[in-house]
Order: sequence, then C-alpha cells, then structure tokens
Amino acid sequence: MRRHSPLERVRLLGRAGLDVVAALGRSVLFLGHALFGRGGIGDALGLLVRQLYSVGVLSLAIVVVSGIFIGMVLSLQGYSILSNYGSEQAVGQMIALTLLRELGPVVTALLFAGRAGSALAAEIGNMKATEQLSSLEVIGVDPLKYVIAPRLWAGFISLPLLTMIFSVVGIWGGAMVAVDWLGVYEGSFWSNMQNSVSFTSDVLNGVIKSLVFALVVTWIAVFQGYDCEPTSEGISRATTRTVVYGSLAVLGLDFILTALMFGDF
Amino acid sequence: MRIRTLEIGVGLFLLAGLLALLLLSLRVSGLSVGHSDTYRLYAYFDNIAGLSVRSRVTMAGVTIGKVTAIDLDRDSYTGRVTMDIDQDVDILPVDSTALILTAGLLGEKYIGISVGGEEEMLADGDTIRDTQSSLVLEELIGKFLLNSVNKE
Repeated sequence: MRRHSPLERVRLLGRAGLDVVAALGRSVLFLGHALFGRGGIGDALGLLVRQLYSVGVLSLAIVVVSGIFIGMVLSLQGYSILSNYGSEQAVGQMIALTLLRELGPVVTALLFAGRAGSALAAEIGNMKATEQLSSLEVIGVDPLKYVIAPRLWAGFISLPLLTMIFSVVGIWGGAMVAVDWLGVYEGSFWSNMQNSVSFTSDVLNGVIKSLVFALVVTWIAVFQGYDCEPTSEGISRATTRTVVYGSLAVLGLDFILTALMFGDF
Repeated sequence: MRIRTLEIGVGLFLLAGLLALLLLSLRVSGLSVGHSDTYRLYAYFDNIAGLSVRSRVTMAGVTIGKVTAIDLDRDSYTGRVTMDIDQDVDILPVDSTALILTAGLLGEKYIGISVGGEEEMLADGDTIRDTQSSLVLEELIGKFLLNSVNKE
C-alpha cells in the first residue's frame, strides 16, 4: 500500500463519495430506462415467461421447504412459552401474525436475494464479460429492454407470490405441529387466528412490504450485474454485493415499513 | 415443446400464488364476502376496560357478531360500543342484557348477551339498555381491602 498525504486522503474520500452518488444516479436512470423506456421488442411476453420460470418457479422449492420448517419451529417455540400461561390456543394467532407481518416478507426476500438475486447478477455480469450485451447493441437491440426489463418484471411479480406461498405453507406447517402433534384444539386454533388477523392491516400490509422488497432486491441484483467490471473477479464481487446490499436493504426497509404500518400507537 | 412446459410451470406458479392469497384472506383472516347480512346494536357501559374493536359478541358461548366501534358518549360519560350482529340472530328480546366477560383468567374480553323475556325484539339501530361493565381487578381488590378494614 502506498502512503498518502493528508490532502491526498481528503481527495480520495471526496472521490469515493462522488462514486457512490454517481452509482446511485446511474442505477435510477437504469431502472427508469429499463421499465419505461421506449422501443418495443418482439416477443416481450415470451421473454417474461422464461424469466418468471427461472426467477420464480425455480425458487419455489427453497421457499416452500423453509416455510414449512419456520412455521413448525414457530409453533414449537410459541407453544412452549404460551403453555406457561395456559393459553396454548393463542399459538395460531401468534404464528399467523408473525408470518404475515414480518417473517413471510422478510425471510422470503432474503432467500430470494440469495437464490434468484445472485443468479441474476452473475448471469448479467457474465453476459457483459463475454460481450453479449454489446453485441446486442451492435445488432440494434436495446439490452435494457431485451435483457434487463423482463428480469426486473419477473422479480416484481414472483416475490410477492412467493411470499404468500411462504406464509400459507408456514401456517400450515405450524398448524400441523400444534394440532396434530402438540394437541391444541383445532377449532380454537383457527378461530383465534381468524379473530385476530385482519385482511387489510395484516395480509395486505404484508403484500405491500413484499412488493417493496421485490423492487429493491431485483433492482440491486440486476444493476450490480449490469454495472460490474467485466472480469471474473468483477462478477464474483457483483454477486457478493447483490446478496449483501439486498439483505441489508430488506432489513433496513423492513424497520421503516413496520414503523409506518404498525407504529401508530 | 420445451417452451410449452415452461409456460405451464409459470402458469401453475401464478395459480399457486393466487390460491395462497385466497387462503390467506378466507382461511387465515376470516374475511367474509359482503357485509350486508348483519344488523347494528348499541350498548352503553360504565367501563369497557379491555374490550377492543373486533372483539367477539357471543350468546350462550356462540359467536353471533363482533364489536365494530368503541367511543365515549359525550353526554353520559359512558363508553358506547357498536356491535354488528348476524342477521340470522334477529331474535334478541329488547330487555336482553349485555355483559363484558373475560375468556380465562388473563384472556381477551368479549361481550356476552343473555336473553331477556320480552315479546318485542331488538332491531337495527336499537340500544341494549341493561348492561354490566367490565370487571376491573384493581377496583375489586380495592373493595375487598375496604371490606376487611371495615370489619376490624
């Protein structure tokens, strides 16, 4: 490492700051162009279907399996605490509220960042490194429209769906443990849940959360891939950044959204 | 042929997502379609402590409606509870009693309605006159202490 004079350090700091701001601006322009830019491409729906398959359908397995296990663990933990107070019946409402409000959107978004986000970043980064993106430009096809836009839309559509599937599977897993294994009475399990869960403030707020997470995670993934250095090292860095930034953004935004949605005490 | 299986996979995925939303709304949050099959009753309580909106209204232990609003009546300084009762339970006599009860020792509060003896039935917008307020533990302990002091 070369030693820098103090003045040089200030200059480097300034440049790093400008780099961050420039990347932010570039990513916003990139998003706007990819989503709302003009210029149609032939088979937009076919491209979207293919991306929905690789982003959504292929993430289904990990989401379903983790959903079942998280629901089962919640049920066990909730039961062991609630039975101290003699109110095991409340385990249903605890599982449902936890999954719908917090764990469903957040865990699914984290899994999505790891499973689909990293794949998106690596795929697009590799396209850039092997100059497929520039070849598209040469033959007159806008890569933002042809490569990026279908992936963004696929992410927006799949993550909310995956979140709802996660919540349903989690509640089902929790019900299985609580009712069939621990012997909570089935009627009170479901009726307690239905009495305490409200459609607008719990289910819909969870869906809104997952829509926001979908936008952020997919955007980060696609932009990191598109903006990476076109080398194998650059691709690996872009993949890492996708997962790290994506997870941090999800957790940070979750706090803000929760404060906005449920913080009006 | 390959693109066909792809499309079917995506279609199934979308269907699964929509089915999940349907299950969440109907099975988990108990959303009922249409809300015209209820009628509205009011009741005034001296103390509604612990009762909340969406609490159950029961009769003989069977849920027949829910609390939709709680506010303070400015004239009588009492709590006014608005209840939506299922339309098929339109057989509440006008002198029925509304009580605020507790499920278990630490459980949630709910309203229990016990049947009166009048011929006339409560209709939409009526008020239940006979009410019994929430049991507040502190007041109970206060009374108990006062009694034991008086005895000495």
